[in-house]
Amino acid sequence: MNNKLYDKLIFELSRQGRRGYSLPDRHFPDAIASLPDALLRKSDIGLPQADELTVVRHYTNMSTNNFGVDTGFYPLGSCTMKYNPKINEEMASDPVIASLHPDTPVRYCQGALAIYHSLAEALAEIGGMAEFTLNPYAGAHGELTGLMLCRAWHDSRGDRRRTKVIIPDSAHGTNPASAAVAGLQVVPVRSLPDGTVDVEALAPLLDDTVAAMMMTNPNTLGIFERQIPEIARMVHDAGALLYYDGANLNPMLGIARPGDMGFDIMHINLHKTFSTPHGGGGPGSGPVGVRKGLEHLLPNPRVIKKTDGTYDIISSPDAMGRVSSTLGNFAVVVRALSYILSLGADGLMEAGGLATLNANYIKESLRDLYELPVDTVCKHEFVFDGLKDKSTGVTTLNVAKRLLDYGFHAPTIYFPLLFHESLMIEPTETESLDTIDSFISAMRDIALEAASDPEMVKSAPHTTPVRRPDDTDAALHPRLTFDEL
Amino acid sequence: MSHRYFPHTEEDKRVMLEKCGVDSIDELFADIPAQLRLSRPYALGKPMSEVEVRAFFRSLTDSCSRLACFAGNGHYDRYAPAVIPHILSRSEFLTSYTPYQPEISQGTLQYIFEYQTMMARLTGMEISNASLYDGATATAEAMFLAAANSRKRQRVAYSATLSDAVKETIRTYARYHGTDIVEIPEADGVTSVDALTSLLSDGNIGGVILPQPNRHGIVEDFTGLAEMIHGAGALLIINSIAIDLATLRSPGEWGADIAVGDAQSLGIPLSFGGPYLGYIAASKSLMRKLPGRIVGATADASGQRTFVLTLQAREQHIRREKATSNICSNQGLMALYVTIYMSLMGDDGLRQANSLGAAGAHWLARELELTGKMRLTYPGRPFLNEFEMTTSVDAGEIIDALAGAGILAGVATAPDRLLIAVTEMRTPEELNRYVETVKALQS
Repeated sequence: MNNKLYDKLIFELSRQGRRGYSLPDRHFPDAIASLPDALLRKSDIGLPQADELTVVRHYTNMSTNNFGVDTGFYPLGSCTMKYNPKINEEMASDPVIASLHPDTPVRYCQGALAIYHSLAEALAEIGGMAEFTLNPYAGAHGELTGLMLCRAWHDSRGDRRRTKVIIPDSAHGTNPASAAVAGLQVVPVRSLPDGTVDVEALAPLLDDTVAAMMMTNPNTLGIFERQIPEIARMVHDAGALLYYDGANLNPMLGIARPGDMGFDIMHINLHKTFSTPHGGGGPGSGPVGVRKGLEHLLPNPRVIKKTDGTYDIISSPDAMGRVSSTLGNFAVVVRALSYILSLGADGLMEAGGLATLNANYIKESLRDLYELPVDTVCKHEFVFDGLKDKSTGVTTLNVAKRLLDYGFHAPTIYFPLLFHESLMIEPTETESLDTIDSFISAMRDIALEAASDPEMVKSAPHTTPVRRPDDTDAALHPRLTFDEL
Repeated sequence: MSHRYFPHTEEDKRVMLEKCGVDSIDELFADIPAQLRLSRPYALGKPMSEVEVRAFFRSLTDSCSRLACFAGNGHYDRYAPAVIPHILSRSEFLTSYTPYQPEISQGTLQYIFEYQTMMARLTGMEISNASLYDGATATAEAMFLAAANSRKRQRVAYSATLSDAVKETIRTYARYHGTDIVEIPEADGVTSVDALTSLLSDGNIGGVILPQPNRHGIVEDFTGLAEMIHGAGALLIINSIAIDLATLRSPGEWGADIAVGDAQSLGIPLSFGGPYLGYIAASKSLMRKLPGRIVGATADASGQRTFVLTLQAREQHIRREKATSNICSNQGLMALYVTIYMSLMGDDGLRQANSLGAAGAHWLARELELTGKMRLTYPGRPFLNEFEMTTSVDAGEIIDALAGAGILAGVATAPDRLLIAVTEMRTPEELNRYVETVKALQS
């Protein structure tokens, strides 16, 4: 990526009279003039006027201000920044798929429905669930869908008192936010010092007003919740459902299945575990799976395979409702299926173990210089509580920014909220020992720099195209469009 | 031999296991109770080579019909300049995460800033967020915003003339969240202004959601409605098909407080349902209540213009259980898609695309009426490039007959209703073929 910023905006390159498109001539008589004048736009839009090459150079140059997985190591905890295979991109850009309308009658899109159903079936096998919907557009959307489905289940049994959801205090903020949007009241449950759920604290919270308990496993510290069979029993005895946030599913590949752990509902982030690109923040995909007995509640529309081997799309009044315009981000579904086919059972069985090996190797290689608050074997990720030597005043933020100078993306910082200086590292299975060793070496160098030249670390980054943007100014004087500059 | 996505050699594994103080990878999972361990391989196939993966997908896509698309219903087959997929495949854009580290994410932040500017201008509003999932969920987000905007007026009214997918989605969101919603009935193909007036007189409506164009393709006349809705203390939310706003009076020009909808029409491939792009734009007074990401301008330590994620106190990961939206991210890459699209097309390109579609649609509607097999459901109502026909033959039969001629005739919204869209992609030959095939239908 760039050391020097490419700083233009397309509006600054616009010149009256240039254009970047081509369209055929109009063959039929004009129809716009026949529309009532009151219905027509009066003002210009003010879009740029630019020729094709100007646009191509502009966005190509802009891209070089960016860092991606293809640029370098991206150890962003909880985000599973694994390699995004290129065959997936090729399959997703197939011209037949690209031009297929979502309202195509089923007899003309059997192949697309087969793709949808094949991925749903594979996810059910991996998750240990009965059936998946691929309609939700993102992880947060999957959470929301899953929690709504949970409410639909209680409603369908006439049990309307259940309006609470229990969420560990270590959970990501999206969990309580999704619960609130689904109309549920959040009851936090305490974590033990090792970050796992305090089962003794959980017991008194479980009563007949609890709709669900929501967990990740491994949790946000990368630690497996070994009490999960007991937790599942308690939650089910109280008449509630157990929800699995699939954000941390990657290390479970080939190791254990949420359905076997006792979870009733789960979502999966295809853009994490199943290698679809994050795209600078989207599009993702958040399929939701349910155990046997809950399938009829999955959102409309639902893809089913009929006994004659053909596929159909159904909608049912018994379902939880509809959460999306369409059957979801289908081009993302294609990528995830391509990944699963490429890895096959053999590859998927190996992925979780290698991701876990990479994480533990980094942890063991840095623990003498960075504070390890929970000293135990981790899964796909782990959390340091900043540098071990706090006397230098060098913070987690400083370490993260200094890493950028070394050509690495920063880990997730200041999450989870259990520690003051959280530095959360997730390497994924696709990183080589060579890459990981150079990251470890950079982290060790930074720890030494923090002691020898703390000011240099505190004023990092030094080599990036921009340095230390003024966030306070951005929030106090919001300038959100070109017109406000 | 290991898989091409896994770089670990046996020697690498040995070195790493030694550092971890264990003898095998399996030992790293010793903390998992034995009864939870997967004791068999996944019942999935063997790894496929690229040759086999290509053949697998080819066999399935071959079974899908390639039809000239006259279906719309909110999602359209539109022209996209060849440039766009090439830029989108730049892996600096494709393989990056949400721009948490602005120092190495200016590319993403710059295009989102451009996107926000273009969407604000297209909708005629002051500001836009960084995008949402799709038009239906964006409308649900606007509904929550309106319901939370006023303590006194928490009820949201929505028009029956919104598309079915949007209505079903906002009903689902409202049902579980506990938002009080009410449907404004339809009269002669458009929102009943009498019914809306009566609802507003109750004094408890905080927001009104209207479509433009509506589920029949009709361009509704909102003259006077903004004054009436604002007079009742409610927000006006207009749900539009993005590209249409280059030609139709914009939400800003109608006096809307919030503009939402799907931006798929800005050249995004249909891809059997997504990814698409939801947009939400609003008056600046609603800035701190907007859901999702927002990018703002600032300066860096050396005074360079720099872009950052801003106003994050609104966002779910900060507000947690007090959140009114759980949106984490945006549709980043699709926002880039439409930003490049609008950069290339400009005002003239969008207007010309609309003009081509409208000309074809009006010609087709007239010719289809002349066949005697169908008539406009709402004759005399204005439409742009999509219209609804009432058919004398079963709409499903018409679709099958036209599929035989290589045409997707439209969307059957009822057994005797066909919603037909024409875009700049449809050729005169295809339109003629459509008409000739309908003429040949047995009544």
